[in-house]
Amino acid sequence: MTTVTSFRPRNRRNVELVLLLLAVTIVLVAYLNVGLAIDGAFPPDLIKYGFGLLVLSVGFHLALRWRASYADPLLLPIATLLNGLGLVMIHRLDLAYGRTGSHLLAPKQLIWSALGVLIAIGVIIVLRDHRHLRRFTFTAMAVGLGMLLLPLMPGIGRNINGSRIWIGLGPLSFQPGEVAKILLVIFFAGYLVQTRDVLSLVGSRFLGIGLPRAQDLGPILIAWLASVGVLVFERDLGSSLMFFGLFVSMLYVATERRSWIAIGMILFCAGSYVAYLLFGHVQVRVLLWLHPFSDKALAASDQLVKGLMGMAKGGLLGSGLGRGHPEFTYFPESDFIVPSFGEEIGLIGLFALLLLYVLLVERGLRTALGVRDGFGKLLAVGLSFSLALQCFVVVGGVTRVIPLTGLTMPFLSYGGSSLLANWSVVALLLRISDQARRPLPDADELANVSSAHTQVVRRP
Amino acid sequence: MNQPIRRLSFVVALLFSMLLISTTWIQFVSAKDLDSRPGNRRTLLDNYSRERGAILVDGSPVAKSVATKDELKYVRTYPSAKLYSQITGYYSFTYGPGGGLEGSEDTLLSGRSDKLFYRRVVDMVTGKAPSGANLELTINPKAQQAADRALGNQRGAVVALDPRTGAILAMVSHPQYDPTTLSSHNLNNVARAWKSLNADPTRPTENRTIAGNLYPPGSTFKLITAAAALSSGKFTEGTEIPGPATLDLPQTATNLPTDDHQPCGPGDKTSLTHALEISCNSAFGWLGLELGGDSLRAQAAKFGFGDALRVPMRVTPSVVPAQLNAPQSAQSAIGQYDVRVTPLQMAMVSAGIANKGTVMRPYLVKDTRNGNLDIIDQSQPEKLSQAITPEVAAALTRMMVTVVQSGTGTPAQIPGIQVAGKTGTAQHLKGGAPHAWFTAFAPANDPKIAVAVVVEDGGNVGNEAFGGKVAAPIARQVIEAVMKP
Repeated sequence: MTTVTSFRPRNRRNVELVLLLLAVTIVLVAYLNVGLAIDGAFPPDLIKYGFGLLVLSVGFHLALRWRASYADPLLLPIATLLNGLGLVMIHRLDLAYGRTGSHLLAPKQLIWSALGVLIAIGVIIVLRDHRHLRRFTFTAMAVGLGMLLLPLMPGIGRNINGSRIWIGLGPLSFQPGEVAKILLVIFFAGYLVQTRDVLSLVGSRFLGIGLPRAQDLGPILIAWLASVGVLVFERDLGSSLMFFGLFVSMLYVATERRSWIAIGMILFCAGSYVAYLLFGHVQVRVLLWLHPFSDKALAASDQLVKGLMGMAKGGLLGSGLGRGHPEFTYFPESDFIVPSFGEEIGLIGLFALLLLYVLLVERGLRTALGVRDGFGKLLAVGLSFSLALQCFVVVGGVTRVIPLTGLTMPFLSYGGSSLLANWSVVALLLRISDQARRPLPDADELANVSSAHTQVVRRP
Repeated sequence: MNQPIRRLSFVVALLFSMLLISTTWIQFVSAKDLDSRPGNRRTLLDNYSRERGAILVDGSPVAKSVATKDELKYVRTYPSAKLYSQITGYYSFTYGPGGGLEGSEDTLLSGRSDKLFYRRVVDMVTGKAPSGANLELTINPKAQQAADRALGNQRGAVVALDPRTGAILAMVSHPQYDPTTLSSHNLNNVARAWKSLNADPTRPTENRTIAGNLYPPGSTFKLITAAAALSSGKFTEGTEIPGPATLDLPQTATNLPTDDHQPCGPGDKTSLTHALEISCNSAFGWLGLELGGDSLRAQAAKFGFGDALRVPMRVTPSVVPAQLNAPQSAQSAIGQYDVRVTPLQMAMVSAGIANKGTVMRPYLVKDTRNGNLDIIDQSQPEKLSQAITPEVAAALTRMMVTVVQSGTGTPAQIPGIQVAGKTGTAQHLKGGAPHAWFTAFAPANDPKIAVAVVVEDGGNVGNEAFGGKVAAPIARQVIEAVMKP
């Protein structure tokens, strides 16, 4: 005999609040740690920053209680913790470099964080249902592609660290690829949910794998050409890998056909190999990746090597925050923030950091499983998988799993565009997860409605 | 769509596992290797932030770290300036540790060695600032000073061993340099000193006793030829062998004359003892032809030729070329052709004969001590090989005694102490002055010291040089310094 037990769905907002306070505490302790290690004194602005951080995160929490009360309780604390730890590391590097006044990076990063959180709160409040985004499928494509290619425009495109993925407007520089990432995920989700039936048709079979029809290959070829274009003209393997990987994985999720993955990988490998043969800058990257300690590679750049030495010095336990020398590495607060953490909090701390990202991605994928509409599923998969890919490209680049690229670590790295984009990603995931976890209207209620004279269907 | 999402989460797990592996690889598995890469500034700073161990001779430091007030908390100083330069080497912020013990024992001196692991843990617990280990050397300061003084301004090398243990008593290579000029924190001056040291054609940073360009040994190699002859059983000290004024070499137009172009004995014959006493080229050339190149090479190998030794600095292996034809064997038997040796190797030959045929492994570090001067590691004398039988050693000793008593090595005589030795004069450039050699041990009946001396290009005597005149007095002074209280 089965018993039907009725249970009250729990929104877990209180869990979120506790975790959020824990995250803020960890960040403040880390900040205190840096102050004590470097100046040997209690940092005077601790209370000010602590209060600011608390107001922002609790403000976000309250917004969720108000407008998305069933949203996933882990996403916000993890994002807060990562963002806070990144701030601590940037502040620590400010001290190491002896920066003052307008050269200080940590206050700028703090302003960008606040803006990011405010925008995310805005997204939660304004966007009541993620399915509204489907209306903007092709707008998102046009704007997204435009932003992706913007750095190539003469005049505003800027070549920083050998990659042309920045635009400059006066004193501000911006990485439009970060925002393009979100827009393209929206486009892919909207486009694929429309065309998935056609794209999953099997043309012929080869080695037991059903291949798509030749006339359906258009979209993947366009995505491939765009990503190869990014690789060649913007000299950015990371973005290229990320966009193409994102497209192929979303294509796979939409069509459930593994052949798309095979085709995608063959295309990507072939494109990369041809680029390697044709372009000197790609060859240099590969040389630095495979033989970083060779004389030829050291003559080109010792950036990777310095990062590796920093991580090695950190060892298992790390030197302790403020006690290492992450400032010996170039760009220790942006591209190389992961080696900076590796040096100071050790392998154990780095594992914890990476597992936070795993948790973030996992909550995103869980949201995708739970949400009921195809567009929402694809959107959640795309957003969370893009985070995973970005982490892989960045950390893999500094640890020699793949060639080094110029992407930033989500939430940790210094950079306004990256922070704004990633907080928006979290806001979208929160919005979708609210939908996914919100209980269906119960049976009694539905029965009452259907027995009424006029059939009314409640909007989910 | 849920099935592919689940599969995709496996892909995510795979991607992150790769990152966990790669970070583990860097921060744990290969961390040591990365730390010791040249040019690792973190390791350098780390090394400078703790007190580096001292290098001690007879309890007083010849290299030590002194606290400073600048960013590098300690500066390395060398109290005896040049005297120990090739032994200690240098410790430079710009160029790293090198040139001697500073380089080869860097992990111990800096405190990074695994041997110090237990102490590092204790220091961590007790909150004591970690420091490196101290090295106490086997050097006898009197012998070192005597060798330095005797060599004077001549280019060359002196090395002295205790034949019973292999302990190195003196190790002097001229010219020297002052390692303090490289360890200074004034990096501009260091760069200038480094540049001029490297541009110097006399190569002052080179340790000629173990790692310079190898020298031709000249007649000192006759000890090995004689050892091979006696060991073959076909010859004794008294065996009469041919000793003409000129020895015809087969297969070639060149001949092998004696130094004075006179026969070495009546009827062009000489005993083996007399041949060594007067260093008869033709007699030893003939022995080379009789014994053959392989036999010489085998005997030399038993004395340590070809071994890659570490004292703990790397010693360049000495060589007797393989596959010698007849004339080359004759030339090699008197230490010419392509035979090349280090002074340490020739001291080991004398020491082996002195120690009843047993060659001991040479070593420079007597013991390793921690900051409290407690001994962490003590060197034990170790047998390298049995080069010859005790009987052959005794015969060779008697022959070497006659060299000093009445032969070419008379300037090495010391009243009251019986010295056994062998001279050498090595031609190395046509028309150029020869290298002067002398190797000896004393007292002959109860050996306590074995010495090898080489003076490049005849030293201050130039073309007149021959081992007895230039090199033997230097050996005598070193022996006296050790033997006379």
